[in-house]
Order: sequence, then structure tokens, then C-alpha cells
Amino acid sequence: MIAAGPQRSGRVRAPLPACAGYNENNSHFDLSMRLSELPRRTSATVERVEDHMPNDPIARRLRELGFVDGESVQVMASGPIGAEPLLVQVGFTRFALRRAEAARVLLRNGDARE
Amino acid sequence: MSTAAVSPLRLALVGNPNCGKTALFNQLTGSRQKVANYAGVTVERKEGRLVTPSGRSYALLDLPGAYSLNPSSLDEAITRDLCRGFYPGEAAPDVLVCVVDATNLRLHLRFALEVRELGRPMVVALNMADVARRRGIRIDRAALEEALGVPVVETVAVHHNGAKELVARIEALGDAPQAPTARLPAAAGDGQDATEALHAETRRLLSLAVEMPSRTARIDDVLDRWLLHPVAGLLVLAVLMFLIFQAVYAWATPMMDAIDASTAWVGEWVAGALPEGPLSSLLVDGIIAGVGGVVVFLPQILILFAFILALEESGYLPRAAFLLDRMMAAAGLSGRSFIPLLSSFACAIPGIMATRSIQDPRDRLATIMVAPLMTCSARLPVYALLIGAFIPAQKVGWFNLQGLVLFGLYMGGIVSALAVSWVMKRWRRDKSEHPLMLELPSYRIPHPRDLLIGLYERGMIFLRRVGGIILALTILLWFLLSFPAAPADATMPAIDYSFAGRIGHAMTAIFAPVGFNWQICIALIPGLAAREVVVSSLATVYALSAANDDAASQALTPLIADGWSLATALSLLVWFIYAPQCISTLATIRRETNSWKQVGINAGYLFALAYLMSLLTYQVAVALGAG
Repeated sequence: MIAAGPQRSGRVRAPLPACAGYNENNSHFDLSMRLSELPRRTSATVERVEDHMPNDPIARRLRELGFVDGESVQVMASGPIGAEPLLVQVGFTRFALRRAEAARVLLRNGDARE
Repeated sequence: MSTAAVSPLRLALVGNPNCGKTALFNQLTGSRQKVANYAGVTVERKEGRLVTPSGRSYALLDLPGAYSLNPSSLDEAITRDLCRGFYPGEAAPDVLVCVVDATNLRLHLRFALEVRELGRPMVVALNMADVARRRGIRIDRAALEEALGVPVVETVAVHHNGAKELVARIEALGDAPQAPTARLPAAAGDGQDATEALHAETRRLLSLAVEMPSRTARIDDVLDRWLLHPVAGLLVLAVLMFLIFQAVYAWATPMMDAIDASTAWVGEWVAGALPEGPLSSLLVDGIIAGVGGVVVFLPQILILFAFILALEESGYLPRAAFLLDRMMAAAGLSGRSFIPLLSSFACAIPGIMATRSIQDPRDRLATIMVAPLMTCSARLPVYALLIGAFIPAQKVGWFNLQGLVLFGLYMGGIVSALAVSWVMKRWRRDKSEHPLMLELPSYRIPHPRDLLIGLYERGMIFLRRVGGIILALTILLWFLLSFPAAPADATMPAIDYSFAGRIGHAMTAIFAPVGFNWQICIALIPGLAAREVVVSSLATVYALSAANDDAASQALTPLIADGWSLATALSLLVWFIYAPQCISTLATIRRETNSWKQVGINAGYLFALAYLMSLLTYQVAVALGAG
């Protein structure tokens, strides 16, 4: 389920850059996944955080908070309305991230495990 | 070289938010604290004095919490500048005490490494070492110290003596502490490479010195499952908020009665001891009636703050922000706005100051704009007086009707705030992205000492206001009410001839449609300086306009209960939901936004809303027969 149209409030998702693992039809052609798409209570490993604008301050802060290559992440819960925000555990720390923020975090291919 | 001649070494506590820094600060300094602001900005500056058992004295500064020295909020920028010694008007600290949460080293050690890169003398305090041990996290302190190249000590901020080793280690540094020589392997510049290098080094340190069995505390997991549950979580939040307001009403009553009784006793005693005349009138009708009428609300304010402080310490507040983020985002706010807005229930000033932790400028401005709509504790005296006089103390099911009305007034403020920020969002047609990225720390049982220190600070702020601005305004009002004296052939009470009486009568032209009599009109003016003064002003006005001494010594509640219609009381209650706010709030908005325009917009929209809603309330109530 990839909403690639104009952004709407709530489930905001930035336009996907070409390198992110989707072809023109927005269907998967590999298993690269975003944190915002990770099923609940499933472990995965961070690959990188991508900038959604030049010098993206949100991406920078995410890296400072520990979303870097090799870290294990899990989505623990989501908010009561529109499943927003997400409760994300990285290392020992839990953060509330909106979906648009979590969408910047790319996960390793085929790494998700229960 | 005597140590007495040189100024004490300056220590600064730095660390991530939620590392237990403030608890450690309280432990080290006890009550020897001075809370002020950094020059030019309103970020809270806490300084204290640490006296070691051997008698050495240190100046200890508690810096704002930061995730990184690459700042994304004003708090973090201040921490960076102070650590580097660049902050104007502040000497560079001699030693940085970097506080890290031993249960969350992955995040906190990264920051400690960043601090080490500054190349200043530092000590790392492994805080919450006891909790880490209980969770089975084994930290090889010596290995960590070796690998970091700076002294590492364990601390337990919440235990008596939990900082003993830290103090000993600081003393051992002597008068000329050594700067660390260790550096990150790669001479890291800025940007992603530096971030990667910090994380790589953090991972290396963790693998060298730390063994951790489970990833988080099970208790956090269980609590989060329930407290963040879409249904149960919201229910708990609603019940909690409701309980707080019931408690503010129910628990404070005995203490308030005691204060009331002693005020009356002092007033009678002074009136009996002094000859009748202006001095006796000033003391009894002005100062004692006025100030006593405000001090009586101290218990309620302390109870409200006790709840806010306990929720803050326990780690629940960010959870509430998590639950409410989506709703607040729909209204043009953010989950982060929750904490400033909750503080605004105590007072809008610390609330507006707390908006500094909102990095996004638009979210921050929206929060500042609606913060005065949160019912501050200064409005509580007004509500308490009116509810006590007009709402019967009967039970409705399990609840007290008075408590329910109070809850309704608070809800009125909250709903209005959401509506106002929603309109503002629409107005701007803003579609850009506003980040949340909020840490949800581990749950903690609040420590009584930290609660008591916090309560003491809040209580003193309130009492200083009573002793300062409220006392001054009460005296001024007494003067305006007492002079000029009535002419010899006066047919009306003397107060009608006074300055204040004339102003009040003139104002009724504007306020008659909302049902305010001239006594209320007079009280509204000093209420602009501080809202709770409205109560003392009414007390003074009625004390002076009483026909005889008997009536003058009566408490205010029965006087207004007899004198006002229910419609007037309801209208005044609604007025205070919006109450064009006090001058100190406007001054804070000016300072925080650096714009007179925002001050004007804020004061203007609140006055307009207050007038409109009161008008509506009064006219509807009169139509229903409550006039």
C-alpha cells in the first residue's frame, strides 16, 4: 500500500525517490522496507536514514538518536487515531515517531524477523 | 596558596534529557539552589553550591538536557555554547560532569563521546547504576574508564549517599583538572561521517565494557502495552486528569478552612488592637482581607503542582503526548505541545517558557498562542470562590457537583484552545512537515525529595507574588477605594464617591450586557496584573462598601452569594476561561516571540472571546430565568 499521490494530513508520506526500491508502478522489486511499513513487534535492522530534503534536519536528528546502520529496531505500538504516531524502539530507547519521520528510516533487505 | 582565596571550581552537569541529571543536581546541592534564567533568554538556569564532606566548595550548574551538541533547539544551543565556553556572560565550566543513564548507554554514551571531543576536563557519572544492575546489565566500570580515557563513577541519584563516589572523584581532580587526551579514531568533521564515527565508537565501548541480557525492562513493556493502548490508554489518561481536579477540590478544603479561620482571627485581633481610622482600615480591609483571600489558595496550587511534578518525574507525560499527538496535530499543535500546555495549568509563564523544547517554529507559536487558555492556578481562586458561592455541594452519582463544574471549566479552556489553534492552522494554509521525535523514557517512581524541592520552588514563587505584586495592588486598590472621602451630605455609601467607585460605575456601561456589576468591574482592573487579585480586590471592595461593621467582617462568599444573580456568576466564570491574561504573561510572550504583534493578537483575541462567550452565557442564563 503505497500512497504516492499528493500528501494528505495524517498518513503523510514523502514522495519516494527512485533509489528507494520501487519501480514506476510503485510495486516492490526488492525487499527494502521503510520503518513506517514494518509490522508491529517485528525486529528489523536499520540500513540508513535518507534525507527527504537537502540537509534534512529531521534525518540528521534521527541519526543522532541512534537510527544508524546495524541498529535493531521494532515498532512497539501506534497511537489511537490513524495509527499515528508510532512507538519505535531502537537500542534501549523508545521514541514516538510520526509516520513521515519513520519513512526516512530504510531497513535492511529481507531482514525482518519475529 | 590558600584555597579560600581562589574562586570555587565551576562544575556543569550535562547529559541527555531523562538521564536523571536534575535528581543528581538535587542530591548534590540539596536546597542550596538558585533558579533563574540565562541572560536574554528564558531557558531556566539552575545553579547550586556543592560542599564536600571535607569542606571544599564548588559552583554547580545544571545545563539543559541535550541529545547532541549539534543543536536543534534553543535549549541544546545553550548547552553547546556553555560547554564550549562561548556563552556570553557565563564563564566556561572547569569540569563537565557528563551524566549518562546506565540503563540506556547506547544513546547516552554517544553524547558523552561528543562531549569528550570538546577536549575539556570531564567526569562521566553512570547514573541509575542500581536500576541497571537490577535489570541484569553488567557494566565493567574500570574497562569503560580505560577505554574512554576519562574518570567514570557510578551514581544513584535517588539514594542518599548515591553520589559519594562522584564527589570524591571531583575532589581528586584537584585545582587544575586534566583535559582528556582521547579522541575519536577518525578526525571526524561534520555531517554523516561524524555521526557514523560516534556510533561506531559507542558500539566498540559497549562491546568492551557492557553486557546486557534483555533489551528493555519488562515493566516498561507491560506498562506501555496498557498505557499506550488505543482505548485503555486514553481511558487512563481521562480518569487521571479527572482525579487531579477532584483532588484539588476535595483534599485542599481542610487546609483552606484553617487558613481562612486564621486570616479572620488576625483581622479581628488587629481591628481590636488599633484605634479606628485609616491605618486600621488599610491593615484590616486592605492588606489582611486582600492578601488572606489569595494565600488561602496555596493548598490547591500545591496539590495541582504535586500531581504535575509526579507525572513528569514518572515518565508518564511523554506517554500522554504520544496518545494525544494525532489529535493535537489535527488542531495544528503537536504532542510536544502537551507538556507546555499542562504546565500552563499551573501558570502560563512556565508553560510558555517550556515551549522552547518544541523545535518547530509554527508548532511553538501555536502553543504559545493557546497556552493562556489553559486554566492557570491564578484562575483557581476565582473559580473556587464562585463555585463555592453558587454551586451547591451535592453529589451527582459518585462525583461532587462542584468538582464537576470545575472540570467543565477546565475542559472549556482545552476545547477553546484546540478550536483556536485549528483556526490558526486553517488561516495559514500550512502544509509543511513538523517533526515529533519524542523520547519515551523508562518509567520511574518519583523521588519524594525531587517532588518536595519542586513544590517548595513553586510555593515560594506563589508566595513571593502574594508578597510583591499582589500586596502592592491591594494597597493601591484600597487607596483608590477609600479616597476621596464622601462629602458630609452623602446619601450613598462612601465608596461610590471614591476614584475606584467612579471608574467601576463608568465601566458598567461596557460590561452591563455581560452582567458584571460595578464591584466586578473594579476588580477586573487589578486582575490584569495578576488574575488571583480579582478575589482579593472583591474582598476589599465589599469590605469597604459594607453598610456596617458586621457586614464588613463577613466572609466574601455569603456576600456575593446574596448579592449576585446566578447568571452573573456563570458569566464571570466563563469570562475567566478566556480572561485577557495578566501582564506578566503578555511580557513573557513578548520576550519569547520577540514581537509586539503577537502580543497584540493574543491580548485582542482573548478579550474578544471572553466578551463574546460571557455575553452569550449571561443572556442565555437570563433567558432561562437565572437572572
